[in-house]
Amino acid sequence: MALFSTLRKRAADSASYHGLHEPDLALHVEDLTVAYEGKPVLWDIDLNVPPGVMAAIIGPNGAGKSTLLKAVLGLARPTAGHVCIHGRSPRAQRRRIGYVPQRSSVDWDFPTTVLDVVMMGRYGHLGWLRWPGARERERARRALETVQMEHLAGRQISQLSGGQQQRVFLARALIQEADVYFLDEPMAGVDATTERVIVGLLKELRDAGKTVIVVHHDLQTVRDYFDWLAILNVRVVAQGRVADVYTGEHLKRAYGGRIALLEREAFEGPRGPDAPQENDA
Amino acid sequence: MTGLVELLSDYTVQNVAMGAVLLGIASGVLGCFAVLRQQSLLGDTLAHAALPGVCIGFLIAGTRDMGWIMAGALGTSILAALFVLALTRRTRIKTDAGLGSALGLTFAAGVVLLTYIQGQSNASQGGLDTFLFGQAAATLRSDLWLMGGVTIAAVALVLGCWKQFKLVTFDPEFARAVGLPVALLETVLTAMIALAVVIGLQMVGVVLMTSMVIAPAVAARQWVKRLEHMVLLAVGVGIVSGLVGALISASVQNLATGPLVVLAATAIVAVSILLAPGRGVLWEQIRHWRDRRTIGQRQMLTTLYKLAAHHRDPDYPAETGMLDSFHGTRTQRALRQLQRRGLVEPVAHMPGEGRHWVLTEAGRREAERVLKTMTPEMA
Ligand SMILES: Nc1ncnc2c1ncn2[C@@H]1O[C@H](COP(=O)(O)OP(=O)(O)O)[C@@H](O)[C@H]1O
Ligand SMILES: [Mg+2]
Repeated sequence: MALFSTLRKRAADSASYHGLHEPDLALHVEDLTVAYEGKPVLWDIDLNVPPGVMAAIIGPNGAGKSTLLKAVLGLARPTAGHVCIHGRSPRAQRRRIGYVPQRSSVDWDFPTTVLDVVMMGRYGHLGWLRWPGARERERARRALETVQMEHLAGRQISQLSGGQQQRVFLARALIQEADVYFLDEPMAGVDATTERVIVGLLKELRDAGKTVIVVHHDLQTVRDYFDWLAILNVRVVAQGRVADVYTGEHLKRAYGGRIALLEREAFEGPRGPDAPQENDA
Repeated sequence: MTGLVELLSDYTVQNVAMGAVLLGIASGVLGCFAVLRQQSLLGDTLAHAALPGVCIGFLIAGTRDMGWIMAGALGTSILAALFVLALTRRTRIKTDAGLGSALGLTFAAGVVLLTYIQGQSNASQGGLDTFLFGQAAATLRSDLWLMGGVTIAAVALVLGCWKQFKLVTFDPEFARAVGLPVALLETVLTAMIALAVVIGLQMVGVVLMTSMVIAPAVAARQWVKRLEHMVLLAVGVGIVSGLVGALISASVQNLATGPLVVLAATAIVAVSILLAPGRGVLWEQIRHWRDRRTIGQRQMLTTLYKLAAHHRDPDYPAETGMLDSFHGTRTQRALRQLQRRGLVEPVAHMPGEGRHWVLTEAGRREAERVLKTMTPEMA
């Protein structure tokens, strides 16, 4: 009996590891809990993102958005739950995942050039002892063209503006040639040109069938940029199509009282003339 | 000159020179990663922690055998690193406090062991205390073989895992995301600081060895814009300071080698911090002055242009006092500089009033150009 249950357990393990679990979803997160020093930062997260969408994750500061990305990428260790990317564990899908960390996560005074940083996107694909060569350089150049920074290829990274730093990180993720991209606040503190370039590029990726998952800080632009939305504050407040999920009710639940000011801007303003008005009733 | 040739044909001096070259290579290569990963204090702890290992190696071998001494030093250095890691992970002690405690503990233990060994009436105990500040002249050919072997191994490791070390140093999180074994790589990088320490035992000694690891990298950082070049230049700085220090100590009786080598390296650091183009203090100051001047001139141009536009008079004369109060500072100098460039000219307005200024045709064009290049990103 004991042997039988051990065998069955092992079979289940290998099924969840080698077999496919929820293969129709680009991202599947189930019962995920992450705690720092015993205090839960994410609790019982269930999150599903279908392939081919551009999804935003929003929530107040400290809601655990960055932690969610890190847990999904295997950079933070969850105390419970599991994550699947296109039906397999993130570890097994490493080459299908692209990552743009928060800009502030590295020291930009590091002695290296723009082209060098972009090439780092290929390091995971190269053999252990192989040095990046002409092919990687060529790919990196093309990625820099895509983010309109080819003229800065040789520039030292300490001399970049915030928006340029962000585009370098995006180019690095592009040459990962992934199927699912995770970006942590790529539009925070960048200039208008950079924001336009980034949004255009992400939409292109989505139109090419990739899945783009963005931690986003700016409520005003959620409906313009994204088609899928998850609202987060330690737990998932709501998730689904932007049109269904982006409601004052949900935002208030995530942001608490702080939304009161923003709400007027975001909801009463853009409402069309044919939308029902409360004071008409 | 003949003095130098004579010096270099001396067998001991040749040994010293070769030791200095090996030390320069090792500390240059390994120091760059230590500096960029901000591990100077860790390096200092590892260096001091080598002393008890030196004594233990001596006690095991029973003589001043470099192989055992280096192995012992490497052992206690790495143990100290692991101890600090465990201390800061398992308790609430912060890293710098953990490093400080480990440094004191291991160095004190080392000195106690040293005095214990010297207290014994053993003829071969000769001069273990030279490992405190180094004694280049005591370098033997056999020591060089050991140092050379360790150096080659370290350099080969860095070359083989170059891209991994570089990515882990620059962006460890992304490194994890693309699947590199980050914890292992970081451990290896830390252990290699201990390797550099061991290579420098004979020449520099444990007390000043961190400076020897850190200084060439700090100096090199000032001059380069790529990690590849930083490592090469640090190797150069390491070799030069090693040679200078070792040769001075070989030619002047009783001058300690280690401190001389470190003084040479530190002198290069000082020059680099002052003079390096782009990052040097002097350069920054000059750029600061120049920026202030051109910004002052540009602001003045655009102010005059906007004033003229506001008054719908291209030749609108603006009085100096008015410009002063608009900019909140004396503008006389900027105006004179613009006058020298032919962009503004003084005009007589009303007698008894201050000097008035108008834009020249060239000044108007320049002001329009400046206004056009002022993108929102710059504002
Ligand atoms: N490495 C860490 N150690 C301890 N607490 C952390 C760590 N990283 C994040 N936290 C805490 O977890 C919470 C969520 O952080 P984060 O995921 O960065 O939020 P967000 O990205 O939504 O602003 C915060 O309260 C933060 O203080
Ligand atoms: Mg965050």
